[in-house]
Amino acid sequence: MIQPVRNYLTFLARCGRIAFVGDWRYYTWMGALSIICLLGLNAYARQFAHGLITTGMSDEVSWGVYIANFTFLVGVAAAAVMMVIPVYVYDNEELHDLVIFGELLAVAAILMCLAFVTVDLGRPDRFWHLIPGIGQFNFPASMLSWDVIVLNGYLLLNLHICGYLLYSRYMGRKPSKWFYIPFVFIAIFWAVSIHTVTAFLYVGLGGRPFWNSAIVGPRFLASAFTAGPALIILALQIIRRVADYHITDRALLTLRSIVQVSMLINVFLLANEVFKEFYSGNLHVASSKYLFIGLHGRHALVPWIWTAIAFNLTAMVLLVLPVSRSLRWLNVTCALAITGIWIEKGMGLVVPGFIPTPLGEMIEYSPSLNETLICFGIWSFGLLCYTIFLRMAVPILQGRLSGVIGSGFSPAHAKS
Amino acid sequence: MNSPKPNGNSNANPGPGSGLNRRNFLRGSAVIASGLAALAASLAPLRELEDFGSIDQFLQKYYKELTPEEMAKVLKRIEDEVEREYGLRPHVRDLKPMAGVEYVYALNLTRCIGCRKCVHACVAENNQSRTPEIQYIRVLRLPHGSLDLEKAEHNYSPESVPEKGYFYMPVQCQQCKNPPCVKVCPVHATWQETDGITVIDYNWCIGCRYCEAACPYWARRFNFAKPSIPKERLNPNMSYLGNRPRSRGVMEKCHFCIQRTRAGRYPACLEVCPVGARKFGNVLDPNSEVAYILHNKRVFIQLKEELGTSPRFFYYFDV
Repeated sequence: MIQPVRNYLTFLARCGRIAFVGDWRYYTWMGALSIICLLGLNAYARQFAHGLITTGMSDEVSWGVYIANFTFLVGVAAAAVMMVIPVYVYDNEELHDLVIFGELLAVAAILMCLAFVTVDLGRPDRFWHLIPGIGQFNFPASMLSWDVIVLNGYLLLNLHICGYLLYSRYMGRKPSKWFYIPFVFIAIFWAVSIHTVTAFLYVGLGGRPFWNSAIVGPRFLASAFTAGPALIILALQIIRRVADYHITDRALLTLRSIVQVSMLINVFLLANEVFKEFYSGNLHVASSKYLFIGLHGRHALVPWIWTAIAFNLTAMVLLVLPVSRSLRWLNVTCALAITGIWIEKGMGLVVPGFIPTPLGEMIEYSPSLNETLICFGIWSFGLLCYTIFLRMAVPILQGRLSGVIGSGFSPAHAKS
Repeated sequence: MNSPKPNGNSNANPGPGSGLNRRNFLRGSAVIASGLAALAASLAPLRELEDFGSIDQFLQKYYKELTPEEMAKVLKRIEDEVEREYGLRPHVRDLKPMAGVEYVYALNLTRCIGCRKCVHACVAENNQSRTPEIQYIRVLRLPHGSLDLEKAEHNYSPESVPEKGYFYMPVQCQQCKNPPCVKVCPVHATWQETDGITVIDYNWCIGCRYCEAACPYWARRFNFAKPSIPKERLNPNMSYLGNRPRSRGVMEKCHFCIQRTRAGRYPACLEVCPVGARKFGNVLDPNSEVAYILHNKRVFIQLKEELGTSPRFFYYFDV
């Protein structure tokens, strides 16, 4: 009984220690991220002391970049499933070991999501009101309570799957299927649910015609399954280069075909939405008009959304053409797709829902410097987490960090 | 993470036997110390935090779970807090809804002249923040013949009202029978009382502003900063779910002047209206003015009726 606990604690301690060790590039990267994190923390301390008045939000536009980034990152987290499905449903060997990198990205993305929601709260000190049992949890009526459950559930599922697989590898054991395969399949459905529930946060509001549309959920999924795998394509190449970890080009091209199909669906759904809004021409088109062409002389979002559309269309064309089989072009395509979707789904979705207000007033929104610093801080925090996870996972997968005596790093090996 | 380094491997794996040497220890301590210093420096703005609540406030229970004794204590504590801050001892009550009462508001659009006296009476009565400015009532100026709210002018300021070619429509919380704000609140911090008033527990709200996004009438307001009210303007007649001073980071909105109406008085906006456009009362009482209006006026409207929110706030005309 004692020995497994001791083994596990040793495992955690060694993982923790290795996170602080690396070459100069690692220290530079981690140092830079830590500095941005601290800048973000400093900005948050200011917001905590003075209130959300330090942001660009108002009663008219009461959600801004925090919720926009939150929405985007839920999609990134959900997209890990797009690597899991080929591996576990279609037995794709190429991606097999890479699934863990996708799931670790999901963990980091969910941590960022939780951070973005927390900084958006007016009274973060009362978060405990949300804890079922201690607080008052409005389940199932409030979609936000669903979101709390699905996001935390997804975090636990992925932590369990990654943690179990990595620990098994560390101990040199074959993972028992019963301990993770059922969770993998639950996680597949759960991934779809986190993004659907997040879409329903918006869709459920009858007083906001811009969001109150059945297509928002499918659009969320399509854009997530584009941006998420695109992000993983870039991440895997960085891992391959920096960590000396073997990742085949074929694996990347498998992900490319996922991005390809998702992007086509994503653009198609966007076209559907645009047609419905503008062709019928009823009064509810105001928010869309504001977003796409400007309304009553206000057009802060117009350049953004057309940039997003241009990026998405370019990415779509590149994805369809064989040119994106070359990694250099594929990387450009992925970067375009990620940026395009980040704009479209973040600010392009959240902000126009508030403009004009339900009483017809046109008040625009742009994030304040303090708010922007907090966002950078959270993104850095997420990257910091992801880097640490990879710093632990890569040596374990390579067999360099192992709890098995006589393998991996024995002292003899280290002396060489 | 990179293997080519000769020593990288032994560093990467400080096995159980690897001890600390003096140099590493000093270097490690220096790194930790500077890290902690940077952390402390980044948290420095917290020193400007002035209105951080007491432990009692932090641990305060949900409104519906407070026993009468606990409520008495809480009310006393709030009176103490207000006195400390404003130098004036208020009377804070927890008025309960009366049996057999369902409040309804009716507003005569033919009469309203758009003078905004109701807006300012409401601010004074309900201790709303002056900076940043919070107002529960928004008066819209609409062009003759249209109820399209996108044509509404919010910031009209003519020499005198009413103006030719326009009519005026004050909008405040519509006290819906089917309130979207209550449905979406993740922590039950806002709910509908038996007399039809939707209230907020200011000590329970977490400030997520989901209700503000859900409200089709733009009736909810958020305290983006600590509210500021001139001491001499504080209204000392307060109620827990009503006009007691709010804190930073929580929602508030019109509550039909709960501190007045549950004590048998009219809302402040009604009393101040110079043209008698505002009517308020118990719709369950067949002799009430509002019951008369709903039974006898040929046309009355519920704003955005198609959303199914079923407001208890009716607009009617002299027909």
